[in-house]
Amino acid sequence: MENIDLTLIWVAIIGLAVFMYVLMDGFDLGVGVLFPFAPDDESRDLMMNSVAPVWDGNETWLVLGGAGLLAAFPLIYSVFLPALYIGVFLLLAGLIFRGIAFEFRFKSTASKHWWDKSFNIGSTVAAFAQGAVIGAYIQGFEVVDMKYVGGAFDWLTPFTVMTGLGVVTGYALLGATWTVLKTEGRTRDWAFRMSERLLLGVFGFFIVVSLWTPLTKPFVYDRWMDNVAWLWVFPLFTAVVSLWVWRSIRRRHEIIPFVGSMLLFAFFYVGILISMWPYAVPPDYTFWDAASDPGSQLFLLLGVLFLIPVILAYTAFNYWVFRGKVKPGGGYH
Amino acid sequence: MELDPLLLSRIQFAFVVSFHAIFPVFTIGLAAWIAVLEALNYRRPDPVREKLSQFWIKIFALVFGMGVVSGIVMAFQFGTNWSNFSYAASNFMGPVLSYEVVTAFFLEATFLGVLLFGRDKVPRGVHLLAACMVALGTFISSFWILSANSWFHTPAGVELVDGHFQVTSWLQAIFNPSLPFRFAHMALASFITGGFVVVAVSAWYLLRRRNPRSSRMALKMTVVMLAVATPLQLFVGDLHGLNTLEHQPIKVAAMEGHWETKKGAPLVLFGLPDSEAEKNHFEVAIPYLGSLILTHSLDGEVQGLKSVPSEDRPPVAIVFWSFRIMVAIGLVFILLSWAALVQMLRGRLFESRPLLTALSWSYPLPFIAVVAGWFVTEIGRQPWVVYGMMRVSEALTPSLTGGMALATLIGYFAVYAVVFGAGVYYLRRVILDGLEPIESARDSDSARPKRPLSALNTGFDGEAQATRS
Ligand code: HDD
Ligand code: HEM
Ligand code: HEM
Repeated sequence: MENIDLTLIWVAIIGLAVFMYVLMDGFDLGVGVLFPFAPDDESRDLMMNSVAPVWDGNETWLVLGGAGLLAAFPLIYSVFLPALYIGVFLLLAGLIFRGIAFEFRFKSTASKHWWDKSFNIGSTVAAFAQGAVIGAYIQGFEVVDMKYVGGAFDWLTPFTVMTGLGVVTGYALLGATWTVLKTEGRTRDWAFRMSERLLLGVFGFFIVVSLWTPLTKPFVYDRWMDNVAWLWVFPLFTAVVSLWVWRSIRRRHEIIPFVGSMLLFAFFYVGILISMWPYAVPPDYTFWDAASDPGSQLFLLLGVLFLIPVILAYTAFNYWVFRGKVKPGGGYH
Repeated sequence: MELDPLLLSRIQFAFVVSFHAIFPVFTIGLAAWIAVLEALNYRRPDPVREKLSQFWIKIFALVFGMGVVSGIVMAFQFGTNWSNFSYAASNFMGPVLSYEVVTAFFLEATFLGVLLFGRDKVPRGVHLLAACMVALGTFISSFWILSANSWFHTPAGVELVDGHFQVTSWLQAIFNPSLPFRFAHMALASFITGGFVVVAVSAWYLLRRRNPRSSRMALKMTVVMLAVATPLQLFVGDLHGLNTLEHQPIKVAAMEGHWETKKGAPLVLFGLPDSEAEKNHFEVAIPYLGSLILTHSLDGEVQGLKSVPSEDRPPVAIVFWSFRIMVAIGLVFILLSWAALVQMLRGRLFESRPLLTALSWSYPLPFIAVVAGWFVTEIGRQPWVVYGMMRVSEALTPSLTGGMALATLIGYFAVYAVVFGAGVYYLRRVILDGLEPIESARDSDSARPKRPLSALNTGFDGEAQATRS
């Protein structure tokens, strides 16, 4: 047992949960971000219906991320949440308004535009707050004796606003390419046009954040400079994939844009990990400092190793049931 | 004036968790009811029963949605407002809450999609499977969350090392002494809640001569269930109380309004507990009955509040009164459900208007009882967060200021007011629309391609419906 590093395994599991969340809730939050720009009400109905059967499952990855952190890295849980107190409230309020919009919108006609707004603003606020959390993580926290001691708005800086807007744009790209995949006709044409613009936006944010991140922290700067010999492949891959996605959008390919955008997210994600590794609560605490009791990590691991594949299987089943284009008037009964 | 972050956090926690709790108790009951309807329908298809199931699925979807969004908040409350507690108890709380996510939440959330939108997309058996998985998920989730909660009241299987809880036995910690009672009591409460809502809506339809066939079917099924569940709840509640007496005698003293430790204690029916004066004003009591109920002997000794220093006592009045409200409602339920059963056996249930009227007004009661029950449980635990091991004042987030806590408290208030207001409004719409539109919409569906596509809204444009009728 001694030679298995449970903490490392847990970094991988939580990493997976967070990544699944970012991809899956990413596209349905993105649909919400794009909502007001859709050409007409019918397109909005289609977009909403394309995510209605799956959003709840997608959001559950966030709950797993939260509970999993408490179980495996309680220090992260008990520092991030107090430090981001106000931001977390905004995130939750955003998620509430977009969540109830699904049920309430289906049930209204005259008041429908309110739930359109609820869906749109809720999604946008939630996406922004998530981006700000990433920025705050890169920025680091004031921690003494395993407790957060900073102020309520320490997290809110130009840098976190930048990462927040970056994530809003990124999610919108996922949402647009998802809409391409799930719709036809003018809705899809509109989604193609949006994807093209959003891709440019995402690439812009990528450049700004990549240049800015090393400047926020000497250790990140050193990390990239010392390993420049092989780390240059990251920006290269990102550029190549962006180009690939861009061409596929121009050629009106329906699947590549979505897959390619997810791949871009994967690169960003790995890039952040490389920059921050091994810090869980920067600037001082590593994942090993933040870990819970090995007994607790093991107890949960035994179940999770068995259950995550089961969850992935029935999640895949769910997507399979609702595969293909959503059709107006088509039988959702 | 200094704002006290501790008090504000307690108010905030109580508010968000009470708000959350009213949805799961309802959906646990409803999910089981829908699974039963779907199963019966699978074996012998019946258009009336299918309509009934579709109707309750619509209600379920609304309530479940509100349960989910308010549940997400709960998952982060521990960290935002009680970070010291979260850090100290993470070794136990983390795995238990995570198991809840991986065994229950994913199951519910994923199969919900198929249940709501998949009726025409999957074979009938798979749709039934989805209904069963959702129902199962709600039970698994209440098991884990109640395990976590019960552990606060009767901590077991852990030891405190440098202010950090280390688990010594998972079995003892998860199956801690109060879990079986709390789980049974809560499960029954869920059935009772779901049952009385179904009964109230059906009775209301019958009084207005709407949806007669499906309403009779629903009434018959639920009345029988309730006639069994309500007396059982009294019995389980009594056992639950005896278990509490064993582990948290001071909580029981607060519930009963006993200040002095004495043999042959009375049962206090009415009184105004006064923590300053350490006595009850205007007390009405039945001699010896308290000891009889709690110790099952006339002169058994019952511990009083004064046996511990005042800083170790919970706020008495609110515990005392919440308990009485819950038990009174429990007794009313036994009366109502047995009256309905007797009338049903005599074949008169559907004609007795006074009884139907009473039933149609019963729907708020289970929610009041549930919240009152939780108030007894949780406020009776004060001033401890983990009973006898960690105080609430040690649990608070150190960086939290009164201003921050107040800001989010007001924020949650505002957000939940909108959610709840709109939710009740749409629930009312669904119920006013009744089951008829489901049928008519099925025929006219293809003729109106522009309608929104959800399963739930078939024939269901709230306002459009209203203007038509
Ligand atoms: C429909 C809801 C409902 C009804 C009719 C009752 N209860 Fe209850 N009660 C609950 C819903 C509830 C609850 C919300 O589920 C609680 C809160 C926590 C828990 O374990 O169950 C609870 C808690 C609770 C407790 C506190 C246990 C503790 O220390 O934690 C006691 C002693 C009782 N109940 C006893 C009763 C009795 C004697 C009843 C008489 C019929 C009764 N309850 C009816
Ligand atoms: C679901 C219905 C519930 C209701 C209505 C409820 C109600 C309350 C109330 C009224 C308080 C404040 C007590 C006071 O400050 O005097 C409280 C506190 C608390 N409850 Fe509950 N509770 C519920 C369930 C739970 C569950 C399931 C858990 C844990 C898994 C939990 C954990 C806590 C914690 C950590 C506190 C804060 C610390 C404290 O004040 O003791 N509660 N709850
Ligand atoms: C204070 C402790 C609690 C926490 C942290 C909590 C957490 C959550 C979360 C995160 C969700 C959303 C899951 C999703 O995305 O599908 C949820 C929903 C749910 N919770 Fe809670 N919860 C608490 C109290 C309770 C209690 C007391 C019960 C019932 C015994 C309960 C039963 C459920 C159920 C059945 C759902 C599914 C949604 C619904 O049925 O409305 N929870 N909870």
